[in-house]
Amino acid sequence: MENSEIRVHIDSDSDIVTARQKGREVAAQLGFTSTDLTLIATAISELARNILLYAHRGEIILSTVEDSARRGIRVVARDDGPGIPDVERALQVGFSTSRSFGLGLSGVRRLVDEFKIVSEVGHGTTVSLKKWK
Amino acid sequence: MQVPILKQRDYLIASIQAALTDADLLQLRDALVAQVGTFRSRGVIVDVTALDVMDSFAVRTLRDLAHMIRLRGAETVIVGIQPEVAFAIVQLGLILEGVSTALDLEEGLAFLDKKLKAGSRAS
Repeated sequence: MENSEIRVHIDSDSDIVTARQKGREVAAQLGFTSTDLTLIATAISELARNILLYAHRGEIILSTVEDSARRGIRVVARDDGPGIPDVERALQVGFSTSRSFGLGLSGVRRLVDEFKIVSEVGHGTTVSLKKWK
Repeated sequence: MQVPILKQRDYLIASIQAALTDADLLQLRDALVAQVGTFRSRGVIVDVTALDVMDSFAVRTLRDLAHMIRLRGAETVIVGIQPEVAFAIVQLGLILEGVSTALDLEEGLAFLDKKLKAGSRAS
């Protein structure tokens, strides 16, 4: 089952760097290739930035996962921010609101194997992703 | 962490040493845009060899940097994008359009020498 979680509180831009470095460490321990390590760190960086931009604070939770055949990393980005009114639209390529940098969630989804988002307006957003080794 | 900027001939060379925060990247952009005027530089090299992640913010900021430097009358070349980083940038769907890149510092210097010689020293 799951090992211990690592939680990184996000409320400044240096936390983005910390989160992606921790994620890289966890993934490296699992034996991911250097390309995968970069993809994972990049995905974490994007999610952490979304927290900072839209919710101002939140957390990134890193853990290892396994099923019968394989191991992987799970990244959960959670905030209590304003939420996303139209998740489908937020996942479209090129969609980003006002101050967003880059392409947002559609880009992150392409970096990983599993991607799930739950968002409720006024209550926050949780993005969960997994990448299998 | 502040990025050291070296002046060499007509060029400014910014050599990124470690992971940068968003604020560090913006500071680098502003410093280079200002120093191009201070030193009357004609070319700028940003060495990103040490960056293990270039996310949408980093790509956007480097693109802005290059365009702003061009508006100041100088050329920018980004050097040292690692293979894994290049892969991640493409997967994310980011584009560094209108920005010159080169393999490493040596190639970057050669690129600027050629480009600037061809550009304005015809007479």
